[in-house]
Amino acid sequence: MEWTDDGIVLSSRRLGEGGAIVSLLTESQGRHAGLVRGAGSKRQRGVIMLGNTVHATWRARLADHLGTMRLEPAISRTNMVLDDPVRLAALASAAMLLEGGLPEREAHPVLFRATTILFDAIAAGTDDWVEAYFGWEVGLLSEMGFGLDLSRCAGTGATADLGYVSPKSARAVSLVAGQPYAEKLLPLPRFLVGGRGRPVANHPATDWADAAQLTGHFLERQVFPREDGGLPAARGRFVELLLRRTTTSGVLSDRLPDSPEDA
Amino acid sequence: MAGNDVERLIRLLSKLPGLGPRSARRAALHMIQKRETVMEPLAEALSATAAAVRICTTCGNIDTSDPCAICVDPRRDHSVICVVEGVGDLWALERANAFRGRYHVLGGVLSALDGVTPEDLNLESLMVRAMAADVSEIILATNATVDGQTTAHYLTDRLADSGVSITRLARGLPVGGELDYLDDGTLLTALSSRKPI
Repeated sequence: MEWTDDGIVLSSRRLGEGGAIVSLLTESQGRHAGLVRGAGSKRQRGVIMLGNTVHATWRARLADHLGTMRLEPAISRTNMVLDDPVRLAALASAAMLLEGGLPEREAHPVLFRATTILFDAIAAGTDDWVEAYFGWEVGLLSEMGFGLDLSRCAGTGATADLGYVSPKSARAVSLVAGQPYAEKLLPLPRFLVGGRGRPVANHPATDWADAAQLTGHFLERQVFPREDGGLPAARGRFVELLLRRTTTSGVLSDRLPDSPEDA
Repeated sequence: MAGNDVERLIRLLSKLPGLGPRSARRAALHMIQKRETVMEPLAEALSATAAAVRICTTCGNIDTSDPCAICVDPRRDHSVICVVEGVGDLWALERANAFRGRYHVLGGVLSALDGVTPEDLNLESLMVRAMAADVSEIILATNATVDGQTTAHYLTDRLADSGVSITRLARGLPVGGELDYLDDGTLLTALSSRKPI
């Protein structure tokens, strides 16, 4: 058995002295793990880092074997975010959600492409990478079969002024119809429904906190139930860092000092 | 093929890093053949070390005394603490003979995958040490990996109120490295961290 594909590194666990079991998200094979010999070598160490894309060749005698992988570098992203705690935490959070929630060896080509776009945005630090992250979590839920219905209001059928999501049915509710039940509903941030949502928040962090609560609720209910340990710790750390480090202007600040003079 | 005791020796040796069953067999044979010059001194050294070795309650280093020799050395700079992941990293820095301050061994790094949380690391004693009046700088010498840097960022947050200067090791072109063989990420980091000559 053999296949070759591009894959995003999701995790790497050392095995023995020089090897590692590396888990990738590939386009045609889905989440797939394999043994990489020499993973601790100087040449491979910088390649097998969470978030990087690699050219992978997997071989095994039988399809259900772990198999061995040979990896070549394709796109290096991790080094671009190592100094930024929030983007680093975002990368780790997305990887852990995939690693913990996605079934193995089940192709999700749309999710692979969405993850590639998200990781590129995080690595580049684009202006909208936070919105892209939470949009990706909505897409992840959808790919796992638990999609949110944000197309119209569950009560009135209205397609505009959507302001809430029902925590039970995962369907959108308009601002007017949801107002009497606002405390029981989950706020729907504007950026998840384009121009069809609530008015622009005073502060981007308000929208981000709403988005984190919304996707977190459904991820925990459908994919990471509390009795099984709940959401990955990396996701909690990302949300906490994101909201804590957001300045009043909405710009992400704080970084590790580069030199003693900067400190 | 060999007696029970010899087989047991081979089995134990084969569990050491760098040794498999074949190399363990060779090592055992070598020791048996040089019983007086290799095997007996080695057995004595193992026994003595096993009885004396301790973890330093100040920094987490391994030594035969507590506090360790580095912590009590008056010639070392007590104003700088270098935070490392493990004792192996401490030994590597000592080999380089480039750092004359004191260390703090975390005993691992935060890892979402392996479920390592701050409570699993040697952090609280670092917070206490950072508050000491004579400490002015803490160098975070964690590895340039996702887990290593996540730990460094976490420590930066925790130490923010201590008033000490927090620094990290540089990243980029290794000594003897050739640009042609470096990965894109390392090249990018090296370029962004360039210094005037």
